[in-house]
Amino acid sequence: MSPAIIYSIAGAALFAVGAYGLLVRQHLLHKVIASNFLGSGVFLVLIGLGRRSDGPSSDPVPQAMVLTGIVVTVALTALALALIKRYYSATGLTTMEPPEPEEGAR
Amino acid sequence: MSAVFDLLLAGLLVWIAIVSLSEVKLFKSVVMFIVFGLFLAIVWVRLGAPDVALAEAALGAGVTGALMLDAVGHIRRRRTPYPTKLPAAEPGDV
Amino acid sequence: MSRPSRTLPALPGIVSLAVFVVIVRAVLSIPPTGQGLATQVSQAADSIGFKNRVTAVLLDFRGYDTLLEVAVLMLATVTVLSLREEPCVLRRPISRRATAVLATLNKGLVPLAVIAAVHLVWIGASQPGGAFQAGAVLGAASILLALSGFARPRWVGRGAMRATLAVGVLTFLAISLLAIYAGGDLLQYPDGARKTLILVIELLLTLSIGVSLAILFLSSASAEDGVDR
Repeated sequence: MSPAIIYSIAGAALFAVGAYGLLVRQHLLHKVIASNFLGSGVFLVLIGLGRRSDGPSSDPVPQAMVLTGIVVTVALTALALALIKRYYSATGLTTMEPPEPEEGAR
Repeated sequence: MSAVFDLLLAGLLVWIAIVSLSEVKLFKSVVMFIVFGLFLAIVWVRLGAPDVALAEAALGAGVTGALMLDAVGHIRRRRTPYPTKLPAAEPGDV
Repeated sequence: MSRPSRTLPALPGIVSLAVFVVIVRAVLSIPPTGQGLATQVSQAADSIGFKNRVTAVLLDFRGYDTLLEVAVLMLATVTVLSLREEPCVLRRPISRRATAVLATLNKGLVPLAVIAAVHLVWIGASQPGGAFQAGAVLGAASILLALSGFARPRWVGRGAMRATLAVGVLTFLAISLLAIYAGGDLLQYPDGARKTLILVIELLLTLSIGVSLAILFLSSASAEDGVDR
């Protein structure tokens, strides 16, 4: 098993774990963490597949893409966290569930 | 030998992610997330991508981790107007 | 509606597992050997004098991605700025509690971080490094200063900060548009000035990214206990 295959499969597993966490966990911060894992899984698949041949250099194009992706992930995580904090200050909630079901604030 | 190392590291990554997401306490989740970022930086070096490793350690683990810790502190510090239904928002449970 | 039960829901698990299987099958169906674009990029990067292939891809061959990426970073920063809770207060100045230790630490670390940032940009053409890593170091240094109470983040929201935030993207955009004016395509640097232009873009991007990251952290830094609203 080459490192490319090992880490690509690990990336797929991370994607699945992140997706499951995103769907199942209720707390918004957990959802942000889960989406970060999900993104890291995508990055692992991309860079893993760029390293299929055993040469000295791996494919630099996916590396540049992942570098771009990391910066965008940080920007969006910061934005999501700022929104969560305002949401919490305004409502006292940390989930998307409304406080009373009959209020129906979906 | 190196395949064993790769398998261990890859398994460790997935395991850390599972632990982080199955943890009820937010603080522990975030700490596991930061640990994950540091291990991921090692993986990038293994895959011959030192540029990505630098960015991951500085941005992925460092900046994102600091932002998340700040958000956890924010949620823990403010007492809620009314109790939320998730245990993670209760005092001392974050 | 109530807290999630300890038994985990099955349907999301099945969906996630299916996605995992699909990705693994896709990965295994790709031929196990292959260079990708490594050879082409190496030749092209050598012809323009960049030893670090990733930097060459980021700022030259696929400069369009990077331009949009820093625009995304700037937009996110502007949004976080407009979401902040007034006033932007940090935790109580730590300088009263541990002045000597923190001052010494800052005196040592912050200049070192500035040197490291410039070094990372400078070697970015030939070794691992570049504007994003350097910007992260700069941002970390300013967060360190503010958290330890040595720089009050009064500059957040001021004109100079906004100018620094925008200067990287605007310079990048201006240079890429000038390339059209000079007779090429968008982002097609003229051959003689390529390295200089890329270095200028990278240095200014470093500044903008550093300020961006500092704002992302500081403008959302929570108010202290007791001064809530």
